[in-house]
Amino acid sequence: METFANLADGFAIALTWNNLWLALLGCFLGTIMGALPGLGPSNGVAILIPLAFTMGLGATPSLILLTSVYYGAMYGGRISSILLNIPGDEPAMMTCLDGYPMAKKGLAGEALSLSGIASFVGAFLATWGLILLAPQLVKIALLFGPAEYFALFALAFMTLGGVSSTNQAKSAFAAALGLGLATIGVDTQTGVPRFTFGEVHLYDGLDFLVAIVGLFALSEVFIFLEERHGNSEADAKKLTIGRLYPPVSMIKQTTPTMLRTSVLGFIAGVLPGAGASLGSFISYSFEKRLVDKEGTFGTGDPRGVAAPEAGNNAAAGGALVPMLALGVPGSGTTAVLLAVLLSLNITPGPLLFTQNPDVVWGLIAALFIANFMLLALNIPMVGLFTRVLLIPPRILMPIVAMVSFVGIYGISGSSFDLLVMIGFGVMGWVLRKFDVPLVPIILGTLLGNAMENNLRRAITIDNGNWWTLIDSPLTIILWSIAIVGFILPVIVGRRVKAKMRRDEEGALQD
Amino acid sequence: MSDRIFGAVGLLLAIGFAVAAWNIEESFLSDAVGPSGFPLIVAVVLGLSSIVIAIKPDAAPHWPGLGRLAELLAAVVMMVLYAELLPVVGFVIATAVAAAYLSWRLGSGIVGAVLTGVGSSVGIYVIFHLIFGLSLARGPLGF
Repeated sequence: METFANLADGFAIALTWNNLWLALLGCFLGTIMGALPGLGPSNGVAILIPLAFTMGLGATPSLILLTSVYYGAMYGGRISSILLNIPGDEPAMMTCLDGYPMAKKGLAGEALSLSGIASFVGAFLATWGLILLAPQLVKIALLFGPAEYFALFALAFMTLGGVSSTNQAKSAFAAALGLGLATIGVDTQTGVPRFTFGEVHLYDGLDFLVAIVGLFALSEVFIFLEERHGNSEADAKKLTIGRLYPPVSMIKQTTPTMLRTSVLGFIAGVLPGAGASLGSFISYSFEKRLVDKEGTFGTGDPRGVAAPEAGNNAAAGGALVPMLALGVPGSGTTAVLLAVLLSLNITPGPLLFTQNPDVVWGLIAALFIANFMLLALNIPMVGLFTRVLLIPPRILMPIVAMVSFVGIYGISGSSFDLLVMIGFGVMGWVLRKFDVPLVPIILGTLLGNAMENNLRRAITIDNGNWWTLIDSPLTIILWSIAIVGFILPVIVGRRVKAKMRRDEEGALQD
Repeated sequence: MSDRIFGAVGLLLAIGFAVAAWNIEESFLSDAVGPSGFPLIVAVVLGLSSIVIAIKPDAAPHWPGLGRLAELLAAVVMMVLYAELLPVVGFVIATAVAAAYLSWRLGSGIVGAVLTGVGSSVGIYVIFHLIFGLSLARGPLGF
């Protein structure tokens, strides 16, 4: 089996002291970031990117560090959901529904350890899914020419709003804004400066790391300044954690749930535009419909804790499939991970698997290792992370802001980039007020150049004939999926989103 | 109403972008699409989505009062000052002041804010500069 040989090579790369240490550091930091309300996985990865660069890490070690943060944040999000009824990040929203009632019944420790196990099962199975599915996707992707790639990028943008977006016009706006920002700078094909207004700093284009850190991390600081809610420390002390291991009967009862929702979550993660939030939502509603015969979901049913956690961690693994195999991420955090790859001069996509197999398989092996570390960190040591929740935003947020500044200054050493980052922070705040999604902007700035180059290559190859874009069966299929993916949410999306809101409100009023 | 203004501003942005794209000077070695083709497509999408946002607005977001807006503006000014003064006064001093200010505005007492500021500044300096060797802005005092 070629796959197993590759995986063995991957373990040989990942099992060095240096990489193990990085994975542990990433898992630890990731869990903290996930647990803290207001610092999600995208933020967490974004502010640590500069750290990875300044430590002078190579491609594989950087990726190991940052994907460990990503997996860790997915684990950590549940802690504040269960203890405080405040989701630590968006995918952990559904965990509030049964996690918090369990904690109120005095079963906080059981809920935390059970959800830790569920997270492990979800992430573990999804990593296997990644191994099996990604190489197959690569085979398809090798058939792609420039026209197909252009269609694929369009598909990624059109489906990104996905079922969870409230307003497709706003996600289209965001994507166009991001693509527009990507065109700033000297045109790579003709050498003409575009939209630079004579500012020399802009000739190289905007650094997407600056955009990411500004949009995600700084805008979060502004949101906190606006609302100044410093009361998250209030409740945690009242809850006693209790025993840290779930009874065997509880694990037995929830095992089928975990297995089913892992599969569901993985599929949701692979699909473009769905991501972890939808993974946990689908998993929870599916399990509720399937096994909730006594109506115990929502009142602290262990299966209601296991389902969304297995689902969102499986989706996190699934989201890595299109990012690695096609170079097209389907979620915010994988977009940030794509930024890491691009900054390291690695182009994800089908060629990654043949040109840099060490990166791919080292990363996958590291995911397995990180997963075991996370299980160890999250069950016996969960008490440590619950204490982190006691840090109030008035101390946390200044640190977040300053680490963002330091990171960006450390990369470029220029005040101009800091000013651009502040600009992005303000823009992020305004756009968030308008409910404009930020992920398409990031994806636009990341993929804009590749998208444009593929467009121009396709048309130049065909001597200026624009119809070449829909000339092959593959492009027609891709465009059809893109159009359906864009229109469908307008029809059904509202209902799903409304249901998500309702479930969430139900939990918060509880 | 907010969304209508947003749409209008977006449309103006799209028009401006399209005009700027149109005026990109052609190079003598241009390909079939040229440097302005893709930006023009983007401008069209930007414009169309802005029009839809303006025609079908969502419920207005909850805007903060004037006081809160001034608060945000002050934070932005503070950050800009930080960015500009960083190379002048050095990392540790600039960061301590900026972090203390943010902490104070987020609800810390004066003593707590100063402690947060100095603590995060020195902490970041130790971790990022002394341990990881990141080059931070050097002030007249050497740190």
